[in-house]
Amino acid sequence: MDNESQYSGYSYKSGHSRSSRKHRDRRDRHRSKSRDGSSRGDKSVTIQAPGEPLLDTESTRGDDRDDNWGETTTVVTGTSEHSVSNEDLTRASKELEDSSPLECRRFAAPVLSGALGLFALLTPLAFLLLPQLLWREQLDPCGVPCEGLYVSLAFKLLVLALSSWALFLRQPRATLPRLFVFRGLLMALLFLFVASYWLFYGVRVLEPRERDYRGIVGYAASLVDALLFIQYLALVLLEIRQLQPAFCLKVVRTTDGASRFYNVGHFSIQRAAVWVLDQYYSDFPVYNPALLNLPKSILSKKMSGFKVYSLGEENSTNNSTGQSRAMIAAAARRRDNSHNEYYYEEAEMERRVRKRKARLVVAVEEAFTHIKRLQDDEPAASSPKHPREIMDPREAAQAIFAPMARAMQKFLRTTRQQPYHSMESIIAHLQFCITHNMTPKAFLERYLNTGPTLQYQRENGRGRQWTLVSEEPVTSALRQGQVFSLRRLDFALVVTVTALPFLNLGEEFIDPKSHKFVMRLQSETSV
Amino acid sequence: MWTSYPSVPNMEPFDNNCTLPVVPGQPVTAVVQRIEIHKLRHADNLILGFSIGGGMDQDPGQNPFSADKTDKGIYVTRVTPQGPAEVAGLKMGDKIMQVNGWDMTMVTHDQARKRLTKKKEDVVRLLVTRKGLEQAVKNAMM
Repeated sequence: MDNESQYSGYSYKSGHSRSSRKHRDRRDRHRSKSRDGSSRGDKSVTIQAPGEPLLDTESTRGDDRDDNWGETTTVVTGTSEHSVSNEDLTRASKELEDSSPLECRRFAAPVLSGALGLFALLTPLAFLLLPQLLWREQLDPCGVPCEGLYVSLAFKLLVLALSSWALFLRQPRATLPRLFVFRGLLMALLFLFVASYWLFYGVRVLEPRERDYRGIVGYAASLVDALLFIQYLALVLLEIRQLQPAFCLKVVRTTDGASRFYNVGHFSIQRAAVWVLDQYYSDFPVYNPALLNLPKSILSKKMSGFKVYSLGEENSTNNSTGQSRAMIAAAARRRDNSHNEYYYEEAEMERRVRKRKARLVVAVEEAFTHIKRLQDDEPAASSPKHPREIMDPREAAQAIFAPMARAMQKFLRTTRQQPYHSMESIIAHLQFCITHNMTPKAFLERYLNTGPTLQYQRENGRGRQWTLVSEEPVTSALRQGQVFSLRRLDFALVVTVTALPFLNLGEEFIDPKSHKFVMRLQSETSV
Repeated sequence: MWTSYPSVPNMEPFDNNCTLPVVPGQPVTAVVQRIEIHKLRHADNLILGFSIGGGMDQDPGQNPFSADKTDKGIYVTRVTPQGPAEVAGLKMGDKIMQVNGWDMTMVTHDQARKRLTKKKEDVVRLLVTRKGLEQAVKNAMM
């Protein structure tokens, strides 16, 4: 496929001139855009080249690269092969910065809470074991009641351990910008509890070497009860409170207006943001920058109709603004036919897509007829004159890929999807479909419909970097009328919060026998 | 007063007393009486003093006054005593054929009401027909 040309890092980064920096920045954004979530990881800082018109970046991406590639490679600065230029240094340091905090921050909170939880779980056992180990001879023997307490203690600890594992032992899905209030609260509560129990234990049991073992066992049992209640509180606060819907979030993507509505419960802003992002990856169609803009031919016609001549003016800066204003005013007054062209261009585009799609469908259907699955009971070799070559799915896929390759490539190019599907990925998908006995239509589903963003992601351990932009502190609860946005490098999601209306549900009883019908009456009007 | 109603291409046949053959699409003749009602001003309204029923959008089978139960014409269902309509000679059960020149045999109920209650007109001239009219005409001519 095309459009995946790579450039070596050095050749275009060496250059300090202003124009080359602009191109470099633009290309930086391109590279990170085109491979969304590439293995390099996304940087959290965007370099915004100021004052760039929207058109140049997206629609002419290919030309841009070809144009400027020749320009910047020939610029040579004072850096030699053995020295490291300034940009390389900053780039390397930035990468270093980003890598380590990201890794550490991700696991810090869960590790801490996991350690605390484990400590809390082992505390009752410690309470029981320490007297036995330290002053066993002096302990009062404890009969049946103790054994009952032992059993209940063991059972409760087991339940605690299992439920903690089921509920809380999970891969953290997101790092939140601020403290997760409920979780912090619960950790603090747990810590306080366990600490106070240990304090009392140390003062009342360990020091005077308490002899009443039954009391100690009762003490440990009460701690386990308290832990169970804390876990119940954690369950309610962290998991259950947000299940009942209370707000409706409208999520709009800034670049192409794709929008969705979601019903959520009571969240803080940051948790709601994480929730929205979870849904974003599977609901929203993938962001394709190539599909965005009006073709340049239509928009540029508006401005290019007029040429402004400056007659002997010296001050160039004033002139430019005056010029542009004059041009805008003149263009506004002129009769605007660009909507016509837009309409015809769209119709033409649609026709083209449909034609290519028809060709693709036919080619794929035909290709699929070339192979069939070998049944177990069929003899492998039908006759010596026509030996059947037995292929595994990969070879079969490669065999039938050839006739449909051209139609596929043309279709992908027309719908601007070619960055998302490399030849390798198409063959892999074909192999997958053949293995699972899918029809050509099922194979094509992936290319005819734009799938959600998750379908195009590559596995990335680093994760995606999103920035939460909000006017209110992100730990505050959701309220009616709040707006926050989740920004990424090249687009943003704007989220508006509306409260779900209060429902006044009334009741009306209809007797089944009351359904009776008559012919329509003559209406009578008095005049 | 007694005139022959000019033939009008009617979809439904109009049959008053004599048995006219029922042929849809063929013009129907009828004997009509010309009635002139002067509207009475009552508060802000002009009232005529009777009630109508029937119409293209109504159920003709419920009409107690029509001889033919598929007749969707406009019928007079009530006449208020001492009202302008009774004074002018309108009777209950009359079928209204024309109002001020507008045809009333193929109109909806609401259109009929509107034609009768135009605020600008003080006088409505109706052409009505009823059972026994033709017989009465024949008796009168003999």
